[in-house]
Amino acid sequence: MSGINLVTSALDPAGAIYSEIIAAGDSWIHPINQGQILRIVDLEGNQAVDTLFYNAHDYEDRYDFQNTIRNQGNIYLTTGSRLISSKGNELLTIVADTCGRHDTLGGACATESNQVRYAIEKGHMHACRQSFLAALLSFDGGLAKRDIPNNINFFMNVPVTPEGGLTFADGISEPGKYVEMLANRDVLCLISNCPQLNNPCNAYNPTPVLVLIWDGPNV
Amino acid sequence: MTYMEKTVADEILFEEQLMPGAAWTHILKRGTALRLTDNEGAANVGAILYNNDNPVERLNIPDTLKAQHTAKIARGVALYSDMGRILASVTDDSVGWHDPLGGCLNAKMVTAKYGVATYQSHLNDFYRNGYDNFLIELEKYGLGPRDLIPNINFFSRVDVGADGSLSFHPSNSPVGSFVEIRAEMNVLLIINSAPHPLDPSPVYAPKPVTLTLKRVPTPTLDDFCRNSRPENERGFILTERYFL
Repeated sequence: MSGINLVTSALDPAGAIYSEIIAAGDSWIHPINQGQILRIVDLEGNQAVDTLFYNAHDYEDRYDFQNTIRNQGNIYLTTGSRLISSKGNELLTIVADTCGRHDTLGGACATESNQVRYAIEKGHMHACRQSFLAALLSFDGGLAKRDIPNNINFFMNVPVTPEGGLTFADGISEPGKYVEMLANRDVLCLISNCPQLNNPCNAYNPTPVLVLIWDGPNV
Repeated sequence: MTYMEKTVADEILFEEQLMPGAAWTHILKRGTALRLTDNEGAANVGAILYNNDNPVERLNIPDTLKAQHTAKIARGVALYSDMGRILASVTDDSVGWHDPLGGCLNAKMVTAKYGVATYQSHLNDFYRNGYDNFLIELEKYGLGPRDLIPNINFFSRVDVGADGSLSFHPSNSPVGSFVEIRAEMNVLLIINSAPHPLDPSPVYAPKPVTLTLKRVPTPTLDDFCRNSRPENERGFILTERYFL
């Protein structure tokens, strides 16, 4: 599988059963049933969308970046990528992608990692793991800090060099780009719409994203 | 005192063998270091790390990689927890590239790749896998599947092509290769020597590894790992504050 696979979707937003804007820096937690299709739209461009999935019937079984990249033999996510869980199950498959490349090595920003990466004084700044925890605390599912594995960063560009270097590069997304995935089983989706202001992952300007859900043809 | 002289001066506390395919757990105390030696070459040692004083704080590979702008583990790299602190740092390394991306085998993958070898047929040479090795060791410390985290693979290398493709790098670790990690916190360290999941060999042939535990000096302000990246100086400061 190569790094980029641009595929547009035939789905009409007018037919979506669910539509919600996630404001910059906010979180979202929502079930996606088997056969349903989730679309995430980068409304204004270059907005990192930190995303996790759990098997809805076994929260111990959650998105695993190592299983996912090893299974497809490539570090980048794009159309055709299957999102694999810690127990080796297929959670979702990316079925459309107009951005072309998404990251799953960079993880989520945290107040603590911001202190390491930028300055000890930056610990007060809002971060994705604050949002993840806030969402889990508001969700009556028994999920806690230990249930936050390493995530996907939709629309984020984190190239790896052949020498083993890793960089946070300017985004390759643009306003209106989207990624769409089919749930292969019932899953729970957790999103932090990234509030990071210290690097180019949000073009230094976090913006809202749109999530849409369709009932798939097989429902 | 030079780097080599310091290494020679370290006090050896004990030494033992990590048997092929087996798991090993130790609470690596702050002020000690563990040296892994690949006696036969081509070993793989999967590793996960937790703050033993509060295991909900654990190794975070993305935080480790992005803080140091690296996609590989080598001498000078600090292994960060999800809480902005350094669990351990790589103070010595003859290999230069250890894999943080490939993950571990599970039982299903072992059977598909190598076939079946049970305890009943092979006694202690039965086929083991990193996933089950990690889970069984975690359970001994009150941890479980929710606590299992992505692992490092010492001695193995997975290359990333320009298009993002992954490929196992053959002959990464010659006979006698070593890597040493120094605990900067009290670390629950779980390792196992089951094969790397991307090792193309069709034969299940894990390797033994010598484990040498040492008492080592407190890192000084001119410590190599502390100064290998500006981020690491802050990481060391935040780690020191944890113990104040």
